[in-house]
Amino acid sequence: MKLDAKIPAGPIQDKWDSHRFNLKLISPANKRKYHIIVVGTGLAGASAAASLGELGYEVTAFCIQDSPRRAHSIAAQGGINAAKNYANDGDSIWRLFYDTVKGGDFRAREANVYRLAQVSVNIIDQCVAQGVPFAREYGGLLATRSFGGTQVTRTFYARGQTGQQLLLGAYQAMMRQVEKGKVTVHPRREMLDLVLVNGQARGVIVRNLITGEIERYAGHAVVLATGGYGNLYYLSTNAVNSNATAIWRCYKRGAAFANPCFTQIHPTCIPVSGSYQSKLTLMSESLRNDGRVWVPKMKGDKRPPLQIPEEERDYYLERKYPSFGNLVPRDIASRNAKEVCDAGRGVGETGLAVYLDFADTIERDGIDSVKDKYGNLFDMYERITGENGYVTPMRIYPAIHYTMGGLWVDYDLMSTIPGLFVLGEANFSDHGANRLGASALMQGLADGYFIIPYTIGNYLATTAVAPTATDSVEFKCTLDEVRGRIEKLLALRGNRTPRDFHREIGRIMWDYAGMGRNEKGLKHAIEELRRIRGEFWQDLVVPAGEDLNKNLEFAGRVADYAELGDLLAVDALHRKESCGGHFREESQTPEGEALRDDANFTYAAAWEFAGEDALPTLHKEPLAFEHVHLTQRSYK
Amino acid sequence: MSSDRMTLRLRIWRQMDADTPGKLVDYTVKDVSTHMSFLEMLDVLNEDLIRKAERPVEFDSDCREGICGTCGMVVNGMAHGPLDGTTVCQLHMRHFQDGDTITIEPWRSRAFPVIRDLVVDRGSLDRIIAAGGYVSVDTGGAPDANAVPISKISVDSAMDAAACIGCGACVAACPNGSAALFTAAKITHLSHLPQGQVERRERALRMVAQMDDEGFGNCSNHAECEAVCPKNISIRTIARMRREYLRGLVVR
Repeated sequence: MKLDAKIPAGPIQDKWDSHRFNLKLISPANKRKYHIIVVGTGLAGASAAASLGELGYEVTAFCIQDSPRRAHSIAAQGGINAAKNYANDGDSIWRLFYDTVKGGDFRAREANVYRLAQVSVNIIDQCVAQGVPFAREYGGLLATRSFGGTQVTRTFYARGQTGQQLLLGAYQAMMRQVEKGKVTVHPRREMLDLVLVNGQARGVIVRNLITGEIERYAGHAVVLATGGYGNLYYLSTNAVNSNATAIWRCYKRGAAFANPCFTQIHPTCIPVSGSYQSKLTLMSESLRNDGRVWVPKMKGDKRPPLQIPEEERDYYLERKYPSFGNLVPRDIASRNAKEVCDAGRGVGETGLAVYLDFADTIERDGIDSVKDKYGNLFDMYERITGENGYVTPMRIYPAIHYTMGGLWVDYDLMSTIPGLFVLGEANFSDHGANRLGASALMQGLADGYFIIPYTIGNYLATTAVAPTATDSVEFKCTLDEVRGRIEKLLALRGNRTPRDFHREIGRIMWDYAGMGRNEKGLKHAIEELRRIRGEFWQDLVVPAGEDLNKNLEFAGRVADYAELGDLLAVDALHRKESCGGHFREESQTPEGEALRDDANFTYAAAWEFAGEDALPTLHKEPLAFEHVHLTQRSYK
Repeated sequence: MSSDRMTLRLRIWRQMDADTPGKLVDYTVKDVSTHMSFLEMLDVLNEDLIRKAERPVEFDSDCREGICGTCGMVVNGMAHGPLDGTTVCQLHMRHFQDGDTITIEPWRSRAFPVIRDLVVDRGSLDRIIAAGGYVSVDTGGAPDANAVPISKISVDSAMDAAACIGCGACVAACPNGSAALFTAAKITHLSHLPQGQVERRERALRMVAQMDDEGFGNCSNHAECEAVCPKNISIRTIARMRREYLRGLVVR
């Protein structure tokens, strides 16, 4: 395997324009001859399916939910970044580019990030044209707010439901193409394998989650937009059906998996309350605009928060990072929360929480102003915890939220398998080792609306793609493998449920490959995962039934987590530096900040599957920083 | 037993598929924490059933934070349960008492065939959107986002309606099985915005026609939909839909 990022030549600000001109086109009349498979209908998948359908391609889209409108992009709350500079506060494409590269702790590809910043402005235009009800000022122009890791206000939002509104915009655009007959959507389908013909991605094997039938679909190219792998940790902010199976199956078919250890832990989630818990709920980072984070100065201080006087509170983010204060990037905010809790100053029953306090803002701006901006978040907090955040400070704790790692893609968003394109969170491309808030929505829509429609045409125009049919030997073989795996799962008659195994895997990942990682812990995790894989295939119990059987679905996903967790730990072990969300305890500054090792690790680590139980092969894509110079990140 | 642990009796609708008759089956769950969500309580029941080699209760859920619209069940006769403005995934067990009997049923409507147990087919809602619940703009070529100012009042009204999560509780609660609130929410959202003006007449006619074709009933102002809507969408949207529809008829 040879990694070729195919970064276009020329000055960074001209790369995308000149590349678009150099890309080969397919005439409008010929586009209808090409059939494209899109897996996943979140922001990236739905926007891709809609845009490709508009261009004239025949598109078949799949989603795991009962409706494409329910993809987990819908849960994004806070906003979407764009370099519009409507606030006249010094923003520009260059600055968004700079912030994103720096925020990613210098582990992203500069050319991709610059392009992302460029198309960010088109996304807002497109979404407004679709009728996305972004927040507005009284004069009728768009409102913006600020997010972590930046000093400008460039985040557009629709109350606390920005992801929902953007996704509905993309979903509606896609349903318009459904009505026109250009896109066919198959809901309640789970992709279980990729079909290669002559080394090219030519189709998918999916399971019909109602009938249980294993179905096969062929196309000229496959676009994967199946999201991240945060649910590997069992408790995360992901939806319960979010999973890694599609990307994992593609990895095992030859797509390189890049930087799996780059996972993001979100600082503002509602803390865990018990072992029955099925997921963690995030509260938008935008809360950090007005909320102040603190813990008691005194260890083990169990007084109710309102009884702790001002001078006995430690507003540790404001103290340690005076220029960014509560708005430091997510990785830093999370790590600091862990640090104060590890030091015994955590609050709440479990001691695994810090306060997020709105008292000052309520006094300054009035309760109505806070309600207007964050009302739905306070409501949600109250529903889950039974506490009123306007009266007592909220309790928050970090949780796994996003995965920067994913399938390796080149500048055209194509993986190492020809014809397999990967968009959105499923790829590794733009966020480096840490994603800034409000950048996931931006990337998903950039990939789907504005990048794949160009680059996929070039692939189809320049590649010989032989005719294939779903009754070919390649499809039959892959389908048999998928069926065999399901039969194997159903035949197990052990004692432990899929959830039980998932919980155990998640606990190991969180303890040893979570906010802090070290060599000993990672090696321990690798051993534990090996043990679990063995036990899984002996002691699992899955309810009988080949048709609708949600626990059978979960079982397949958990089996893949047990393997993916191993790759994540292997990657984390090899990356001896700290960077962004990957904090190796052996590599820190005297003040306890992440210490990068640029001399040895300025590359993306792309892992190639080398067979079951074999160590994967590491390929390195060197990263060059010509525009944003490598510096120790500082938000002091 | 500590005070935050409860024992509950559940009566759950079990049905193999749309063609097989279903029935309520009794279960007991012990050791339910008041901090659990309603769906986590069902998870605990299901884990128990799997270990006893019984078929778990199938139900849909995804985000479990009240925004995806996947979950939905009728709890003690109320769609999404007793708490106002709350999906069943955000309903927590602190709202129940030790010893309670809770009846759990699927959405019931002609246009939502039961797939199994509490899982229903809501594809009809997608088809209503496909009939016109969008602004017909292709990707690319959109004018600058600030080119057309939109008053805060308009955009707030649009957002109030756009908050619909498409869960179908409105249909389940309606004595007529009408999807009027769902359809009206989308029509209202787009009709408040300048971008939605060009197609507004056709949109209302087509979406309403699709709603009828799917077998949903008509609205006769019971307002049950508004009462159960987890996003508090107002039935004023239905009045607006009717105006849009009439205007569409007249102008056509």
